[in-house]
Amino acid sequence: MSAAASPRVRPVLFWTALSALLLATLLASLAAGRYAVPLQHVATILAAPVLDVAPRWTPTEELVVRTIRLPRLLMAGLAGAGLALCGAVLQGIFRNPLVGPQTIGISSGAALGGVTAILLLGFGLPVAIGVFLGAIAALLAVLAIHDGKGPSAVLTLVLAGVVVSAFCGALVGFATYIADPETKLPGLVFWLMGSFAAATWPKLQLLALCTLPAGGVLLAMRWRINLLSLGDEEARTLGVHPARDRLILLGAVCLIVAAQVAVSGAIGWVGLVIPNLCRLVLGADHRRLLPASALLGASFLMLADTFARSLTAAEIPVGIVTAIVGTPVFAGLLRRAASARGRA
Amino acid sequence: MIAAEAAGHWYRPGQWLFRDLSFRVRPGGILAVLGPNGRGKTTLLRGICGTLRLREGRLRLGGPVGYVPQAQQADIGYLAIDMVLLGRSRFLGRFDAPRATDLARAEACLDEVGLTAIAGQRYDRLSGGQRQLVLLARALATDCTAMVLDEPASALDLANQGIMLRLLQRLALERGLAILFTTHDPDHALGIADQTLLMLDAGAHVVGPTGEAVTEDSLARLYAVPVHRMAWRKDGEHGETVVPLHGLRGGRAAGPVRPRAAPPGRAPPASRHR
Repeated sequence: MSAAASPRVRPVLFWTALSALLLATLLASLAAGRYAVPLQHVATILAAPVLDVAPRWTPTEELVVRTIRLPRLLMAGLAGAGLALCGAVLQGIFRNPLVGPQTIGISSGAALGGVTAILLLGFGLPVAIGVFLGAIAALLAVLAIHDGKGPSAVLTLVLAGVVVSAFCGALVGFATYIADPETKLPGLVFWLMGSFAAATWPKLQLLALCTLPAGGVLLAMRWRINLLSLGDEEARTLGVHPARDRLILLGAVCLIVAAQVAVSGAIGWVGLVIPNLCRLVLGADHRRLLPASALLGASFLMLADTFARSLTAAEIPVGIVTAIVGTPVFAGLLRRAASARGRA
Repeated sequence: MIAAEAAGHWYRPGQWLFRDLSFRVRPGGILAVLGPNGRGKTTLLRGICGTLRLREGRLRLGGPVGYVPQAQQADIGYLAIDMVLLGRSRFLGRFDAPRATDLARAEACLDEVGLTAIAGQRYDRLSGGQRQLVLLARALATDCTAMVLDEPASALDLANQGIMLRLLQRLALERGLAILFTTHDPDHALGIADQTLLMLDAGAHVVGPTGEAVTEDSLARLYAVPVHRMAWRKDGEHGETVVPLHGLRGGRAAGPVRPRAAPPGRAPPASRHR
């Protein structure tokens, strides 16, 4: 048993490293940007409500850190954790490492739902509801196309996701084409691009209200996901009926993805790449894979967002950054999977 | 206990895989199921496990049934001990994780099949024989009173076949499990089974004490090849074995070589293939 192959990386060390990475990313991202804030000022601004420290920072620094960057980073972190968690869960219950919120069509369904709501009803609460319904409809459509049997079940699931995504994408294109350029179009396009730039504390509240409980359910069911990943028939011979478990898990996944799309537009690749990276290091056991994916996903999206807003004068949509980083990593994973299959 | 009363099933109307099938495996008893591919062996097992509803008849079970599938699925990256732990799922709620008592039980089950040493190794890196034994340990971890195994020895080499058969014999004897297993090798039935079921074509079958059911006539009908059953004794061990007469070395061939008729109703491909 080679050391690299062993999934038993020393656990304490590993979790400490992941948490430290998250904290370091948060602090560094609060400090970095067009308006740089010294790191110790960031730390004292954050500590001020709890500890009694003399304010040595400028009011502008406090505004930038507390009102502008903190909600934005917390949103990115929460969205990243949620997406990576969803990816890990979907990959587990569909027994397929190529599945993520985006490949399975949930993200594009959510986008279509949001666009429809904007077009017919306007912004605000209708968007959140439309996004959730769209996510569920897309998931149901993918599951209806994919029957889960036969030797190419892995492939048909991904292809069904491609088909549903393409269909939703076409309808979103149609919606932007007919949208009123005076009143609806600018807001619609801005929302579709996906960004944390418009982050506010109320948006963060909506995201947290959906992501934290649903994420808690996913994490609590992480042992059950191990069982579901063996397949329905095997789960049933072990005395568990998987249908309701899967329904709960998929509902929670839809809620998390929908909340993320509602506040920041569709962001791809996080849910696909992060769980696969964690699986390489930790092995497939979802008891470790799920919390690790959430931690790493949060760090990753915070970092991606920081790059998105500080690389150029104008902001790059964060989805572009995640795609630029995510696609090569995923291509590498694909090659690895292909060569592993060739050996078997 | 596993008891079938007039059990029957078909996938295509009118093409019975088996019908009027009745048997009873008492605690500590072993029933071997012989039959060519596509005769409904796995279907019968799925019926007993409750993952398939048989079209006819009744199955009575004395308690939970442990199912040991064929160890084909080799892409599971869990540790062997975690695989066995999954057998405890029946006792765990939706939001529970296995407790220390579950871990102790899983370790005991892994020990029972003699694999304590590989507990920390990944399932997908084990040999076929080890995987089969891990799945057996997982079934034991469900605290079952009966166990059904789908060709537990078919993918194993001679030594591992012996390990598997001795283990089944011991589990029946010491733990009082009622065991039902399918096999392609009549010697496995003659070796450890006190009853044998032969699934003949067109839904017919023979079932009874192994010595009476596994005869030269019934095997010849089952496999469409003449066989010779004979007793052997060596170093204090004795038994009976079956030799197929293929007409390979000087013997008179059984007749012109003709392909066997296709089985009446083929089971749809299992969903576990990827």
